[in-house]
Amino acid sequence: MTALPTIRDEEWRYADFDAVGRFAPEAIDSWREIEVAAGETFRECVVIDGSDPFLSRIRITVGKGGRAELFAVNACADYARLDVQVSLAEGAHFEFGGVTIGGGDATREFVTRTDHSAPDATSNQVVRSVHWGQATGNFLGRIDVGREGQRTDAAQDFKGLLLEKGASANAKPELEIFADDVKCAHGAAIGQMDEMASYYMASRGIAPDVARRLLIRAFIADALAALDDEDEAERLFEAALQVLERKGA
Amino acid sequence: MLKIENLHAEIDGKEILKGLNLEVGAGEVHAIMGPNGAGKSTLAYVLGGRPGYEVTQGSVTFMGEDLLDMDPHERAAAGMFLGFQYPVEIPGVSNVQFLREALNSQRRTRGEEPLSGGDFLKLAKDKAGLLKLDMEMLKRFVNVGFSGGEKKRAEMVHMGILDPKLAVLDETDSGLDIDALKTVGEGINTIMRSADKGVLLITHYQRLLDYVKPDHVHVLADGRIVKSGGPELAHQLESEGYEAVAA
Repeated sequence: MTALPTIRDEEWRYADFDAVGRFAPEAIDSWREIEVAAGETFRECVVIDGSDPFLSRIRITVGKGGRAELFAVNACADYARLDVQVSLAEGAHFEFGGVTIGGGDATREFVTRTDHSAPDATSNQVVRSVHWGQATGNFLGRIDVGREGQRTDAAQDFKGLLLEKGASANAKPELEIFADDVKCAHGAAIGQMDEMASYYMASRGIAPDVARRLLIRAFIADALAALDDEDEAERLFEAALQVLERKGA
Repeated sequence: MLKIENLHAEIDGKEILKGLNLEVGAGEVHAIMGPNGAGKSTLAYVLGGRPGYEVTQGSVTFMGEDLLDMDPHERAAAGMFLGFQYPVEIPGVSNVQFLREALNSQRRTRGEEPLSGGDFLKLAKDKAGLLKLDMEMLKRFVNVGFSGGEKKRAEMVHMGILDPKLAVLDETDSGLDIDALKTVGEGINTIMRSADKGVLLITHYQRLLDYVKPDHVHVLADGRIVKSGGPELAHQLESEGYEAVAA
């Protein structure tokens, strides 16, 4: 049995340890294993919207030229963490789109670790966080490019939208690169609601709650842009925007 | 239609409007001209209810209602349209989606049934054609990547679709080349020239008034209307300058 993680564990540094303390140690050790065969595509869409602390750990191995796509909305009312470890074979691709959204005082986080130790593999990760109250949204994304990982093309993009003072967002890209012909891009930005856009919408008659919903939908859309299934995308949008209805004005 | 009495307004504690009086009747086009810093844009934003613009004294009545008591989106639903000097870009929201929400939001506020997707698209196509704006532009995100002229044309398409009773147009002519100016001018005439509508045109220059003939021209200086007259006043301003005329 492994001990529970602590704040000294790098990939747990922004976790809510009161909640983590309530996980059974077995849960921490338990990884769901997914194998994607060469040339195959695996896709999963996840909605986390319960009210108890949540932990899901997924380990994905993608074969040569295969593709793994994971899209997730983390709107849990308590601490919720989705951990993803991906290992990419030659020419494989990993696509991750994540949304953390909500208020209260919960911490919602995505932690990914992408192993680019084979050549010509690509990965693209887009995370959008929308929070209010005392809530926190985190994205910790580690990318390891091994010596053989030539022509790796890996991108990470994080944007946080904080609707109220007191909410926070953390982005922590981490790159370990041992190959020389590699593209690794990462960007992070945190901001507030665009007051002028809200006013412009109001001036055309759009009620404030409708305007907010439109603007937030537009904000999180980047995270779901790569999801090539309109019904699933709509289901995820709804799951995310529903939390907003509960916020009130 | 619109009655402004002794309006005082400030931004960040600085008084900009200092007792402004103005009345716009149905079927009338009023032009407000004035030098930089006179309070022209402030007047537009105060009428549009922009947060941060505080009215400290006076009253504004619109269609018999207290305008200052309404939220910005309620003012729009009541029939006021504010044309922006700098239309705002909204990445991720298409013009079509934006305008449909705007129109249906207004209809809901007025207790009317929302317009169906098909009816809305037909309306949008009509109005875009009128303003010579490619329908493809309306599928793009609101004002994102639009040139100055395209933004102003798009503003007029918004106005055509929303069909307001009163249009307050804040320097709609700025940033327009001569062809676009003509199109926008014709757009204003087609959409707003009617016995039951009014227009308040805020502008620096006389040139838009060559296309949209005002019934009344007012000079705004230092937060007040200092002179009012007919269309000839605009020509006099153009040839003699604000200082000579307003003095």
